[in-house]
Amino acid sequence: MDFVFLYETFVTLISAIPTTLQLAATSVALGTILALGLALCRLSGIAPLDWFARAYIFVFRGTPLLVQIFLIYYGLSQFRGVRRSMFWFILRDPYWCAIIALMLCTAAYSAEIIRGGLLSVPHGQVEAGRACGMSRFLMFRRIVMPLAVRQSLPAYSNEIISMVKATSLASIITIMEVTGVAAKLISETYRAIEVFIVAGAIYLAINFLLTRIVVLIEYRLSPHLRQAPSLQPVAAGEMR
Amino acid sequence: MTAMTSPMTPAIEVRGLRKSFGPVEVLKGIDLTAHEGEVISILGSSGSGKSTMLRCINMLETPDAGDISVAGEKIGLKRDAKGNGQLTDRKQVERIRSELGMVFQSFNLWSHKTVIENIIEAPIHVQKRPKAEAIAEAEALLEKVGIADKRNHYPAHLSGGQQQRAAIARALAMRPKVMLFDEPTSALDPELVGEVLRVMRSLADEGRTMLVVTHEMGFARDVSSRVIFLHQGAIEEQGSPDDMFTNAQSERFRKFISA
Repeated sequence: MDFVFLYETFVTLISAIPTTLQLAATSVALGTILALGLALCRLSGIAPLDWFARAYIFVFRGTPLLVQIFLIYYGLSQFRGVRRSMFWFILRDPYWCAIIALMLCTAAYSAEIIRGGLLSVPHGQVEAGRACGMSRFLMFRRIVMPLAVRQSLPAYSNEIISMVKATSLASIITIMEVTGVAAKLISETYRAIEVFIVAGAIYLAINFLLTRIVVLIEYRLSPHLRQAPSLQPVAAGEMR
Repeated sequence: MTAMTSPMTPAIEVRGLRKSFGPVEVLKGIDLTAHEGEVISILGSSGSGKSTMLRCINMLETPDAGDISVAGEKIGLKRDAKGNGQLTDRKQVERIRSELGMVFQSFNLWSHKTVIENIIEAPIHVQKRPKAEAIAEAEALLEKVGIADKRNHYPAHLSGGQQQRAAIARALAMRPKVMLFDEPTSALDPELVGEVLRVMRSLADEGRTMLVVTHEMGFARDVSSRVIFLHQGAIEEQGSPDDMFTNAQSERFRKFISA
C-alpha cells in the first residue's frame, strides 16, 4: 500500500467535498419543497392535480437519473427556443442542470414519503384540532405536519443518503465533485483502485455523519414514543 | 329578542336536524333545546344516531337539513347539487367551534405534545391569548381534574382515565359556552370510568351546560337535568331523569334501561 499516494489523493478529493455537499443539499432542499407540493396535489382530491402528480412521480421514478441528467443537459440545449429563453443562463450551466435533475428526481420519491407521512396522521387528532376551531392552515402547521415529519423521517433519511450518492452522476456532465475529481486523478495516474477506495470512503463518511444527524433529530422529536418519564424527575417549570 | 320569547337565549338550539350517510338516514328530524346550565344526557342503542347528532352541533358532521344555533347565532348551511349539506362560512364555524368544548370517546390528545402543551395549544393559537395566562389557566385546570403531576407527560404515558381528564381540561381551556361529551367513558377500563365521571359531575355542579352522549345510566339518572332517548334517528322520549327512569312511556326505553 502506498500510503503517501492515498494521503495525497485524500487531500485532493477533500477539496471536492463542498461541491458534493452543495449539490446534495441544494437539490434535497428544493426537492423537498417540490415534493410537498406534489404530495398535497396527490391528496387534494382534485382530479387534475392528482393525475398531474401521479404522472410526474411515475415518470421520474421510472426513468434512470442519468438519462434525466442527459436529457436536461444535452437534450434541452438542442431547442433554439430554450437557448433563447430567459432560462438559458441556468440551463447552459452544468452545475444547475445537475441540481435541477437531482431535484426533480428526489421530489418524485420524497413526494410519496411525505404523502405516506401525511396519511399516517391519526384522524382523531385532526378532528380534535377541528373541534377547537383551528383553521386548516393552523392545523397543518401545528398538528398534521409535525406528526407527519416524525413519521417520515426514517424513510426520508434513506432518500437523503441516496441523493448524496446520486451526486456522483453529475461528474458525467463535467462537474468536479468528489467522483469527478477522482476520475480526473485516475486519468492522470492510472491508479483506479486507490483513488476509488478513497472516494468511496469519503461518501461513506458523509453518509455516516448524515445518518447520525437524522437519528439525533429523530430522538429529539419523539420523546412521546419513548419510555414514560416517570422514573426521571421532572423540573417544575420545565417546558419545551 | 322580543318580549314573547324566553328571556334566556338557549345555549344550543337544534331544529329539524337531518343527516344521511349514503342511503342510510341517520337523523330523521331532531329538535333539541339546551338552556344554560342544563345537563342533557343523550341515550340510545348503538346506531341510534346519538353521536352523529352531537357531532352535527359543532359541524364535525355537516347536516343535510335543519338549523343549529349556538347562543342564538345560527350556523350558516346550504345544500350542494347532490343535496348534501355544505358550510357557507368556514370562519364562522371555526369561531363557534372554539366556543364549544368537545370531548371524544378516544381522547384524541395530540400525541406529540405534552399534557400542558395540549391544553394551551388552542387558547394560544386559536384564541390568541397570552402564553403566560394560558399556562396559568391550564395549571389550574390540571389541578381541577386531578392530574397536575402529569403536566409534562406525553399522552402515551398516561392511563386512559388520565388521558380523558387531560382532554376535558383541554376542552375547558377554551372557556366554552357548552361542553359536548361523545361517549367519554366508553373506551375506558371499568376501574377508570369513575375518575372521569367524577370530573364530569363536578362540572355539572358548577352549572356548566353539558350535552353528554353516554351509556352510563348512573350518570344520566343522578347528574343530568334532562334525559333524551334516541331511537333510529328520532327522539323517542325525553324528560327529567326521575320521570324517565321510573315512569317512562316508551316500551323501548324501559327495555333499554333494564337491559
